[in-house]
Amino acid sequence: MANEAVKYVWEGAIPLQIHLHKSDVASHPSPPPALVLAPRIGYLPLLIPHIKPYFKDSLPPGEDSIWFDYKGVPLKWYIPTGVLFDLLCAEPERPWNLTVHFRGYPSNILIPCEGEDSVKWNFVNSLKEAQYIINGNCKNVMNMSQSDQEDLWTSVMNGDLDAYTKLSPKLKMATIEDEFSRKASLSSPQSRQGATEMDVAGQIKTARVPVRLYVRSINQDFENIEDVPGIDTWDDISYLNRPVEFLREEGKCFTLRNAIESLLPEFIGDRAQTSGEERSRDDDNTEEADGLLREMGEIKLARIQGIEMKLEIPFSWVVNNLMNPEFYLHISVLVKAPQR
Amino acid sequence: MNSGREVSDGRLTVEGFSVAARAFADKWKIHNQSFPPWSWVPLINRTLHLSNQQEEGYLSLEEILILSSLEESPEDESLNVATDCLEKEESVDHTILNQENEAHYYDFHIVYSSSYKVPVLYFRGYCSGGQPLSLDVIKKDLPSCSVSLLHESKWTFITQEEHPYLNRPWFKLHPCGTEDWIKLLSQSSISTGCQMPVDLYLVSWFSVVGQVVGLRIPLEMLN
Repeated sequence: MANEAVKYVWEGAIPLQIHLHKSDVASHPSPPPALVLAPRIGYLPLLIPHIKPYFKDSLPPGEDSIWFDYKGVPLKWYIPTGVLFDLLCAEPERPWNLTVHFRGYPSNILIPCEGEDSVKWNFVNSLKEAQYIINGNCKNVMNMSQSDQEDLWTSVMNGDLDAYTKLSPKLKMATIEDEFSRKASLSSPQSRQGATEMDVAGQIKTARVPVRLYVRSINQDFENIEDVPGIDTWDDISYLNRPVEFLREEGKCFTLRNAIESLLPEFIGDRAQTSGEERSRDDDNTEEADGLLREMGEIKLARIQGIEMKLEIPFSWVVNNLMNPEFYLHISVLVKAPQR
Repeated sequence: MNSGREVSDGRLTVEGFSVAARAFADKWKIHNQSFPPWSWVPLINRTLHLSNQQEEGYLSLEEILILSSLEESPEDESLNVATDCLEKEESVDHTILNQENEAHYYDFHIVYSSSYKVPVLYFRGYCSGGQPLSLDVIKKDLPSCSVSLLHESKWTFITQEEHPYLNRPWFKLHPCGTEDWIKLLSQSSISTGCQMPVDLYLVSWFSVVGQVVGLRIPLEMLN
């Protein structure tokens, strides 16, 4: 089951329709848009070799500095393509219409990108950070041979899960025990670990999980998700690059909701899941209770790898199956802000 | 994780960072009066209205005007011209003339990294018109010993990354290995093993890191 989910994640792709920005069009008529299938776990600059041939005859003379925008918002090239799509398109747009620019790089907003090298550097850096969070140090990544590092990166660039699966064990990333298999393995010696945090197989009991949370906050309820207005700038998104402290409590399941709430404490308390709970909420009809409910925010939607997640899913499953190749779990969240 | 009074593994908790930051800012204000004070910027995020149950934030020192000294003496390898000069009667601003005779402004932020559990220095330079300065230009403003430190050492190198909260490119001093040299500092300064009181953490940290960007702190701050 786990392997199948990972396979889907690696095969996930977003159809893009890429338009050349009119200020870069030096030919007549202007070129038609390029249609490209972008891997979810990939990055926009890696698509440039596929895109440039479409437009090279239309470009004005000079050096290229390539960047993309969606409805005027410059796209951060170091965020995986799938995450950008989940975050910026409240209602998924297929194909996703983007604009490519070959001039006028907004260097006051975007960090520079020197093609594949920059993307690779960003990937390796994120991998080191993730390893530091998971293992407490990044020596395995640092000690990896140059050629292994190259091969790992190439497997990600090419979406080659088989090659990646052969190489990633060299990273010796500690794993999070799946809540599902926990019960089955209760009798095994590993589950009887006492004080030590890490057992021989590398399964951690008190774990830190690398998470990148992208939060879009709205002030009112919308009937349809497509009515949610788009963002004008990145200041409309709150970005939290912060590990989740995975709590293992006897008899309790640490869910995706628990994980998100640990990063956004002001959203704890939205429990309108079942009609039973709804009823008990109505019964508690004091002024104080109303005030409290009005104040709390609400998690409207959480998307990971394009999937609208049910918040009660065990977090361990989410991490083990939906994380990106650099071992980060990217979560796009739409919340309704607490009313104050 | 305890948010206790001492740090023994070279790393800080987020609460420890808040405590250490205030202690650092207070000492700086007292002992480093030739510089403007650091201010604490709380993370009151406009889209999230983060609750203040555990106030998080970062330290900010902005609009430091830097010009390099006209007569560069090898001993005076610091941007901080006035600190030890008690003779100076007129008030000095932290201005040193740079090679091009242009005013360069610098902003410094000390931000907590939850991943690495250590502080990280972010900085950027810009002209009076607001145009950002490239790293090559910035290096010309730094004292030459800083530049060689950058080239030689394995743990201090500068990368250009997005500021964790401001959606803009800033320069960052790489945190790798921070906890190791903080542990070393703890060993040498306090005889009771590797313990370092939380409120001295940033002072000790900055005594090393600040030098890389040419900001020296007076010795009195380390008491």
